[in-house]
Amino acid sequence: MLLEVEGLCVNYGHIEAIRDISFGVPEGTITTLIGANGAGKTTTLKTLSGLRKVRAGTVKFEGRDITSIPPYERVEMGISQSPEGRGIFPGMTVTENLDMGAYVRRDRKSTAYEQDLERVFTLFPRLAERRQQVAGTMSGGEQQMLAIGRALMARPRLVLLDEPSMGLAPKLIQQIFDIITEINQQGTTVLLVEQNAAQSLKRAHTAHILETGQIVRSGTGAELAGDEAVKAAYLGGDV
Amino acid sequence: MDLNFSFFFSNFPELTVTGLAFGAIYALIALGYTMVYGVLQLINFAHSEVFMYGTFAALWFTMATVGGGNPGGFQTLAILIGALLSAMAMSALIALILERVAYRPLIKRNAPRLIALISAIGASFVLAELMGLRDRVTGWVGLDDDLRDYVGRARINNSMPNIVDNKVLFSIGDADVRMVDVIVIVAAIVMMVAVDQFVRRSRLGRGIRATAQDPETAALMGVNSTRVIQLTFLLGGLMAGVAAFLYMLKIEVTKFDVGFLLGVKAFTAAVLGGIGNLRGALVGGLVLGVVENWGSAILGSEWRHVVAFVLLVVILLFRPTGILGESLGKART
Repeated sequence: MLLEVEGLCVNYGHIEAIRDISFGVPEGTITTLIGANGAGKTTTLKTLSGLRKVRAGTVKFEGRDITSIPPYERVEMGISQSPEGRGIFPGMTVTENLDMGAYVRRDRKSTAYEQDLERVFTLFPRLAERRQQVAGTMSGGEQQMLAIGRALMARPRLVLLDEPSMGLAPKLIQQIFDIITEINQQGTTVLLVEQNAAQSLKRAHTAHILETGQIVRSGTGAELAGDEAVKAAYLGGDV
Repeated sequence: MDLNFSFFFSNFPELTVTGLAFGAIYALIALGYTMVYGVLQLINFAHSEVFMYGTFAALWFTMATVGGGNPGGFQTLAILIGALLSAMAMSALIALILERVAYRPLIKRNAPRLIALISAIGASFVLAELMGLRDRVTGWVGLDDDLRDYVGRARINNSMPNIVDNKVLFSIGDADVRMVDVIVIVAAIVMMVAVDQFVRRSRLGRGIRATAQDPETAALMGVNSTRVIQLTFLLGGLMAGVAAFLYMLKIEVTKFDVGFLLGVKAFTAAVLGGIGNLRGALVGGLVLGVVENWGSAILGSEWRHVVAFVLLVVILLFRPTGILGESLGKART
């Protein structure tokens, strides 16, 4: 397991946002957490990145306990996150945003860095056209692409994607998920948090369903996609 | 109230240059307010004391090295540079201590901004009174009489030896443009540009901008927020040190409570230009310095502060975000 979560409990104010969840993310896979609004998906990802305090439980990355280390050290270890919604720096250009993604890297003048930049621009040609545009003036879909591309610039072992399809047109959703699969095939482990259950179950190796802060079902993506109860609750009857 | 327009018009260039020199000093101090505000959304009310300690450092260094008369030439230059560096070091040190003692414990505990504000005001009084009572303090630690005398006389004005020949550089009509004013304006603008470029171009500067725009997302990029906050205080302190040195060159007198009015003015300059905006600090400082100088020429010097604050109120009525608006993070050209 690249990432192991055990008995994790997180409070949000006085509310128990996460109650005793345990799951793992095997190296090289796409793992997905699906669930409705307020199920605790975003809180889980923020906790994994170190932005939320853990009340109980442990988080291990490559076997090392990272439960209480600060966010910036986790990025240095290889955990990178694309935050929910418009989590880009609105006042910076596309290039500056991507540069921020590589903040922890020391090889920013190297060819490896240039190659990673080219990789992001190949994955998202739209960004290449808009290198000097101020990010806050781009469309929601473009900002989402930028957030994902920026997360890749850290050269992460594990990339955490928070609702990459949120607010996007159906055609663009398809495209974003294709890119997620491609990123995974290029060797990056993905933990994907989504409300779009149909797409994420289709793409994920392993899936967990989160309801009011607890994992209620786990299985392979195909298993859950074929399950009648899951279909009724999350897939609107048919996939 | 007599309006003295003839004096104003006949001395217009000189009044403007002097105003710019004052404004440049305001602007340098304003940088500290505006940067800390940009990153923490917090007014560092103790920043005035950061400046005040810098003035004393410049003064002490000069008194200790200048000896009897004005050495002149290369030696004068060395003394000036030494005084500048002492002021910068002292101000930076005070700023870093402030961050560590008065702010970090509160930020770590997620204390409300109001608590941090009270802490800042408290720290400001402590620092000012420590300087004001320093003859006592030196007595406690057992310094000899000479030294006590040297750092003492706390609550009266302390005058800097006059080491720059304040000669007239050139004249515009009847008006004289003096050496010190030119040094102050040029030095301040050079420093402002340096800070602006640092924040825009360097990796750490990008960390500051990112934290100002969105602290959580900045943390997700691997930005160490404690380091960023420290760096912000450090930069603000260094600039307040430059301001302190320039102030001592121009005004030549300091006192334990010199920071108060200067601090309020610099804060006004920061708000005037758009708090959180680096270039706003420069614009706000220069505008404030010039308008206040013009105003006091027309209305009489006792109206100087009235003019400054009326200007603030009027500009905020029409542009609540200040002249340039926008925050540190979002500021772009």
